[in-house]
Amino acid sequence: MIDKIVESSHKAVEEIFDGAIVMISGFGEAGSPIELIHALIDQGARDLTVVSNNTGSGHVGLAALIENRQVRKMICSFPRSANSKVFPELYKNGEIELELVPQGTLAERIRAGGAGIPAFYTPASVDTPLEEGKEVRVFDNRKYVMEKSIRADFSLVKCRAADRYGNLVYNKTARNFGPIMCTAAETTIVQAKEIVELGSIDPEAVVTPGIFVNRVVNVSDPADESRLVAENLRYPW
Amino acid sequence: MVEKESKTGWSVIEMAGKVAGDIQNGAYVNLGIGMPELVAGLVPEGREVIYHTENGLLGMGPPPEEGREDPELINAGKKCVTAIPGACYFHHADSFTMIRGRHIDVCVLGALQVSENGDLANWSTGEPGAIPAVGGAMDLVAGVKTIYVISKHQTKTGEPKIVRECTYPLTGKQVVDRIYTDLAIIDVGKEGLVVREMAPGVDREYLMERTGARLVFP
Repeated sequence: MIDKIVESSHKAVEEIFDGAIVMISGFGEAGSPIELIHALIDQGARDLTVVSNNTGSGHVGLAALIENRQVRKMICSFPRSANSKVFPELYKNGEIELELVPQGTLAERIRAGGAGIPAFYTPASVDTPLEEGKEVRVFDNRKYVMEKSIRADFSLVKCRAADRYGNLVYNKTARNFGPIMCTAAETTIVQAKEIVELGSIDPEAVVTPGIFVNRVVNVSDPADESRLVAENLRYPW
Repeated sequence: MVEKESKTGWSVIEMAGKVAGDIQNGAYVNLGIGMPELVAGLVPEGREVIYHTENGLLGMGPPPEEGREDPELINAGKKCVTAIPGACYFHHADSFTMIRGRHIDVCVLGALQVSENGDLANWSTGEPGAIPAVGGAMDLVAGVKTIYVISKHQTKTGEPKIVRECTYPLTGKQVVDRIYTDLAIIDVGKEGLVVREMAPGVDREYLMERTGARLVFP
């Protein structure tokens, strides 16, 4: 029997090793797998390279992982937002690396990684500082920048519902990077608000086919990051 | 955003209304954060426009009523929004396929600087120590068919934002099609910056004094 369901977030993340590349889903708080991130903080793997659109807010979730000094490098498109304090502080002090990537390029690098495409050409960032050091080629009289794909050792993803095969559906704009990150990691770890019976997700409506998923943990009452931030909470609690 | 009473120039709402008037029925439109967001509320009656937000929603509706916010239904500025009937959600690679693949008709963006040949700088002042953040701006200017800039004509300290050459790091080269400011509407064309319309109380001399680039008056 195939059963990708594991009993706890801690069990789900136990294999993450020092120096791993970890993709973390989410755009701001929407889709951020806070409970998996907190389990990773408890687990303690260090020297991580994290691929995520932002750098978290307040002192919970991704921001707490960074604050706990487990992240060596961030690969992201928008490392500061309204309540992000942890990353900017470390970055200013030279204590964390940043690879800044245009958002669509970041998405495509992940998609390509999952699809077995080592590199591709994009018009985004041509003639800008983010083109520096990259190969530029002309196709049909237009310049394009070569970007390499990204693969991860682990992806941490949040979704709305999963079955034991790992078929997933998401919630609204919390889908964002989840489906592509599921495809681009050696091990994809998912937190699902609900575990459903096989067949109860319409096959036409499956967003992430289970083949891309390795472990699923049920987090039936995931925290709202903005609420934790408003209450000024810190992880570890 | 405070709307200033002034005899000279357009208010922010009037500027956004000018942009909205130029968006055609049936257009797929991406609005940047800040002033561009005002455009959505000002589209002339009878036109149906579909708003794309790059975090993964086509068919973005107005902000929700108080108490009905969903933190998993947000726009690119991470503010809570709604989805209209007929809306759809998708992941980021699909979202930027819409952008880079030239499926979005119009993008309205803010600007730090726009140059004479349509270069746009809107993501960084390049100050040392600043945290660089780019988001989707470079993908949008590279892929959306028509790029409108909406911006005050000058900075808060009175420096021109329309300049011969951008001094700030570029978002994209030769990407802007039209600029809507509080003083004028300016097309970026082969012949340079062509003034299409001037706001009430603005004449050629007044406009040229506040612009750091050559202007063409047809």
